[in-house]
Amino acid sequence: MQVYDVVILGAGPAGLSAALYAGRARMKTLLIEKQKDGGQIVITSEIENYPGCLAEESGSSLVKRMTAQAQRFGVERMLDTITSVELDGDVKVVKGNHGEYHGKTVIVATGAFPRPIGCPGEKELIGKGVSYCATCDANFFEDMEVFVIGGGDTAVEEACYLAKFARRVTIVHRRDELRAAKSIQEKAFANPKIEFLWNTVVEELRGDGILESMVVKNVKTGETTEIVADEDDGTFGVFGFIGFLPQSEVFADTLAMDRGYIRTDEEMQTNIPGVYAAGDIRVKSLRQVVTAAADGAIAAVNAEKYLEH
Amino acid sequence: MLVLDKETFEPEVLKAEGPVFVDYFSDGCEPCKALLPQVEVLGEKYGDKVKFTKLNITSARRLAIGQKILGVPVMAIYKGGEKVEELVKDDCTVENIEAMVQKYI
Repeated sequence: MQVYDVVILGAGPAGLSAALYAGRARMKTLLIEKQKDGGQIVITSEIENYPGCLAEESGSSLVKRMTAQAQRFGVERMLDTITSVELDGDVKVVKGNHGEYHGKTVIVATGAFPRPIGCPGEKELIGKGVSYCATCDANFFEDMEVFVIGGGDTAVEEACYLAKFARRVTIVHRRDELRAAKSIQEKAFANPKIEFLWNTVVEELRGDGILESMVVKNVKTGETTEIVADEDDGTFGVFGFIGFLPQSEVFADTLAMDRGYIRTDEEMQTNIPGVYAAGDIRVKSLRQVVTAAADGAIAAVNAEKYLEH
Repeated sequence: MLVLDKETFEPEVLKAEGPVFVDYFSDGCEPCKALLPQVEVLGEKYGDKVKFTKLNITSARRLAIGQKILGVPVMAIYKGGEKVEELVKDDCTVENIEAMVQKYI
């Protein structure tokens, strides 16, 4: 049985940073990712706020460099989806679809996935007009109408990206002002293709096999309106960016959590010795690439200290 | 895997004899790029029974929309000129794709 010094779950910025630190410390390191390196950030069109990233850095280019950097230090990689864990005991067991992995320590960096808008019709119309990935699907909406749901950094940044393709982008936000960083807001307000629908929430998405209309409600007046696709287009895009949900179900019975987020101390230590959590999965106040990377580093260094005992 | 475009989609997929698998992707789609090597492996494994093809929608978006596809990745099976089954977005795991292909061999 092969036992790693550390098994890292998730290859987003937190996991890649942990892998880099663990690899440099010459720990025998396994990094398991279920699908694509980078997690949420890889589908982000532009990253302005990670130190050292200058204009036009995309999530995918940043992740490529993070991955290459971790691999320079001999980190082993595995593509697998984790289905269950046994974290008590000196050797922790992580089970996936393709095998069983053993580690003296485990760093959970499984991150989050986009939070659904949460209205009728949404699930059926994913990939049929409803999307959570602008870089994936912007091409479809060239010269068409697009609605972006949300008012935070991601929503406004991705609205600016979508405006390069779409005829018009309308940001639908439940409040009367944006939550995004001022510099991002300025960019959106200056873009003639971007419009705003304030105090508005999506009530329903409708369409037969393809998105055809959207019912919205003004939260101040209670008035509902149906927005119907332009006849020539036949459809339009709805991109949801209203935050994230933690990807933590497999740890539900094992790790202490708060509404699905894993609780840690400042050393990234969970309630189980030798098990750490890093990045968006953790209870914290700021979920950014920079804080994920910091978490990963702290988790790896403390995993190393744990092994020395 | 056979690379499709606007012109070859109809003869290679809609007019083809036997089942055809189509991997719809786009230039900016990182999930699609991560999936492709795994789909290539399935293409090697089942290629003698199902025709494996891929279509970049970046230069064929009207065609894709005509197939009721407005987001990628989509993995679809065609038979007799009709799309008979598809996996969309997060449902496109290698396990799901293989199970879908196996139904048509």
